[in-house]
Amino acid sequence: MKFAVVVFPGSNCDHDAHYAAEHVLGQQAELVWHKDTSLRGADVVVLPGGFAHGDYLRTGAIARFSPIMQEVKTFAAAGGPVLGICNGFQVLLEAGLLPGAMLRNRDLRFHCEHVYVRVEHTDTPFTAACEPGRRLRIPIAHGEGNYFADPDVVERLERNRQVIFRYVDATGAVTDAANPNGSVNNIAGLCNERRNVVGLMPHPERACELAVGSADGLVLFESAVKAVAEGAFAAAR
Amino acid sequence: MRARVFVTLKPSVFDPQGTTVVEALHTLGYAAVKDVRQGKYFELEIDAATADEATRLASEAADKLLANPVIESYRIEVDR
Repeated sequence: MKFAVVVFPGSNCDHDAHYAAEHVLGQQAELVWHKDTSLRGADVVVLPGGFAHGDYLRTGAIARFSPIMQEVKTFAAAGGPVLGICNGFQVLLEAGLLPGAMLRNRDLRFHCEHVYVRVEHTDTPFTAACEPGRRLRIPIAHGEGNYFADPDVVERLERNRQVIFRYVDATGAVTDAANPNGSVNNIAGLCNERRNVVGLMPHPERACELAVGSADGLVLFESAVKAVAEGAFAAAR
Repeated sequence: MRARVFVTLKPSVFDPQGTTVVEALHTLGYAAVKDVRQGKYFELEIDAATADEATRLASEAADKLLANPVIESYRIEVDR
């Protein structure tokens, strides 16, 4: 199967995601420039971390005008699995593929550290190989990861089981101290109603080999391979 | 014609930058400053025949791009 990793001007985790898919998992992976107009038959699309278009105006705000985003929207609308990591999550929010918006971290600091997140639901293409409640120790690196949505939207997200990752402490408890940025309900990642589009602030692609301190992030990519192999999430062509 | 667009976080949205700025002002002795909300300011040079048309175009620009309606609201002034 094939991963497409979109490269925006300012992306800086594109090669990490490509490496995780191709070298760690042995899958096909291709970097796709943001001005391209084809995802080249990919089964899974990754919007990587970084600072697309320099974060001008708002994080992710300009990236949605990149030509490739029309293809990503079409792919997502057809049911294809899309993963937005960090800045890629912000792009998904600005593009309207996921609800809500990001605010500056509540302490105004850029947080670069390993955190724990809990996998809340496994019926998405990026958590399918997980057991529910599993804790993942993966790094965050962001200044604007303070997830916000109106209370009725948050209530709907919770009711629809769309909160997929939540910041927790080492014991798996949802606490304010374990919340690195002030996100409402400790939300670290969520999915759309159809569950094929997932965004999260932490960086699973930076935690795919023990040599870098944690391999907990690999399960997201393994999940995508499993989900595609089982035909659970595939873009209708 | 020039339109000025002021984008600010909605009142219901916490503004950590504004909070930090007001604390700094208090440190400087400006206890009279009770609150600060930080925002963005845009000047748009618009080719429009009337102020109403310029306002309409600036509103569209704000709705579609300059402001994120999830967290921000905006106000427009046009020179008449």
